Amino acid sequence: MKKEKTMKLSLPEEELMCSGHLACQGCGATLAMRYVLKALGQKTALCIPACCWSVIDGPVPYSSLDVPIFHCAFETAAASASGLKAGLEMVGDKETTVVAWAGDGGTFDIGLQALSGAAERNDDIIYVCYDNEAYMNTGIQRSSATPYGAWTTTTPVKHFKNRPKKDIDAIMAAHRIPYIATANTSYPEDLYKKMKKAKDIRGTRFFHIYAPCPTGWKARPEDTVKFGRMVVQNCLFPLFEIENGEKYTLNIRPREKKPIADYLRLQGRFRHLKEEDIQYMQAEADHNWERLLKKCEAK
Amino acid sequence: MKKVIMGNHALSYGAMISRSQVIAAYPITPQTQVVELLSEMCASKTLDAKFIKVESEHSAMAACIAASIAGARTFTATSAQGLTLMHELLHWASGGRLPVVMGNINRAMAPGWSIWTDQNDSLSQRDTGWIQFYCASNQEVLDTVIQAFKVSERLLIPSMVILDAFALSHTYEVVDIPDQEKVDAYLPPFHPVVRLTPSEPHAFGGLTSPEHYFEFRYKLQVDMEKAPALIEETGREYEKIFGRHLGLVEDYECDDADLILITSGTAGYTARVAVDQLRQEGVKAGNLRIKVFRPFPFEKVRQIAGKAKKVAVVDRNISYGHHGIFYQEVKSALYGFDHNPPIFGFITGLGGRDITPETFKEIAHLTMARDKAEEEISWIGVKR
Repeated sequence: MKKEKTMKLSLPEEELMCSGHLACQGCGATLAMRYVLKALGQKTALCIPACCWSVIDGPVPYSSLDVPIFHCAFETAAASASGLKAGLEMVGDKETTVVAWAGDGGTFDIGLQALSGAAERNDDIIYVCYDNEAYMNTGIQRSSATPYGAWTTTTPVKHFKNRPKKDIDAIMAAHRIPYIATANTSYPEDLYKKMKKAKDIRGTRFFHIYAPCPTGWKARPEDTVKFGRMVVQNCLFPLFEIENGEKYTLNIRPREKKPIADYLRLQGRFRHLKEEDIQYMQAEADHNWERLLKKCEAK
Repeated sequence: MKKVIMGNHALSYGAMISRSQVIAAYPITPQTQVVELLSEMCASKTLDAKFIKVESEHSAMAACIAASIAGARTFTATSAQGLTLMHELLHWASGGRLPVVMGNINRAMAPGWSIWTDQNDSLSQRDTGWIQFYCASNQEVLDTVIQAFKVSERLLIPSMVILDAFALSHTYEVVDIPDQEKVDAYLPPFHPVVRLTPSEPHAFGGLTSPEHYFEFRYKLQVDMEKAPALIEETGREYEKIFGRHLGLVEDYECDDADLILITSGTAGYTARVAVDQLRQEGVKAGNLRIKVFRPFPFEKVRQIAGKAKKVAVVDRNISYGHHGIFYQEVKSALYGFDHNPPIFGFITGLGGRDITPETFKEIAHLTMARDKAEEEISWIGVKR
């Protein structure tokens, strides 16, 4: 008898995110939520501070997710998650995975103190920062996650952002928490695998997920997945893990390192950059990549 | 069991005997002993609770709010700068209908740095939707914590139990710590109708359009209006079990009084000493101590103060550009009622300057000498 060939799915079919959400077309943060929930399953509770996702989920009394959400204050994602975890445990629920789900503004800027507090205490939460590199929900203002060179509504082209993106992964590593991972929705299997791994680790786990924002980046929605591939290929946003603040593991190493110029050209937020600006950014990217490789090679 | 304890420890024992389940707190003078004792209780398992040692008061309240939404009984304590740092989240707790109970030690706001008592920290949280109890003894602090959990959990409105810095926080008094069994009978476990759980996934506090928001706030006020009756009912119930009454106000020698001194906090007991001395001098004085500031006990104030010939409100606080805050409230309570005696407003004791029986006697004499209330604030003890 001939064996029937079926395609093996690399991700579970179960969907905990429904249609009807309010995200823009091509929203990376939406893909991130979908994949993360596939990995964590239904026994998950989310603390969402002010960010795109406080709108995406839908207005009262609706929700596009099949897990409970606590919409919390902007700077409190981590502290709320710590409290929620403690509260659930005290009422007898020791199983639920509590996730703080915040944007880059809520993580790199206003929520950094609470995040540092929770990480230092090693509270048993997963903190996910979906990074779209500016305050997108309020209308594209610069955050400390905005990359060098980018236009935003508070960094006009004549005075574009002239400081590098804050190295949040190094800041979190300095807390010596058990697990840190960068992830990217264009590599869903990698994201899924690392989130599954994190689910079984106790203590504070931090995910930094690259989340393209076509609206804020002045780019085409259909390029979201492409951007995710490009930043791994050009090493602008490498995929790696950090265990206990020390053990760095590179997940994907491109065979050939692509120049960042191709990536920048597809986004209106970088349109004003001159050749020398791009060269400067390429040098920075090279430097960061070399630094990461050294950390990954260190034994 | 009777113990000689400081006011701060009265808060800790109150939280313990109420079986708090999650505590999140940050140290601030003069509150520190509250959390020190609670952390010891948690470490020694005298109290089965999780203590989250947060990095700020803002995070303390955030963690309490989230623990409460999971259905856990939640307690914290703070003071002055810490309380005002929490301000945003005080709205969150009441707006989210989460019955967190918090101790606040009244301390003057900086600058300049002060660790001594006045009420501007808690009174500037007036409109955050919290019930506010102002206590006058360590016993009352402990009893009120237990009652506050009962009232808050019934109404789903958070409560603040407030005591004066040093005058209570660091003053040792004999306190009867009630039996756990009796407290358990008075205060059953917290079982909210709705709580955050994956077995029934809801989104709490999402984007709320003008179509719905108004009604949420209306309902908060409707339930706040139920608080005075509930505080009196639970106060009588408390008296039946523990022998101590817990009311909205406490009146002393007010029945036949020509002059009623209205106070709050520990100054109330100082005022009683002055009342006794004034009566010996032939002045028929009385003292009305307002214990519950929010919701404001309009009925009680009308019934008691409305009978007097004159009323003097003594404020250890100020609303800059207006007047003492209790003074405004008392005036609004008596406005438009048949028995509407002249009401005089006095500000004294800011930043922890002593309020003594002499202070009250001076206030009483000034009030008796005047026919009507002057527009200007009467400052007592200020160096000009």
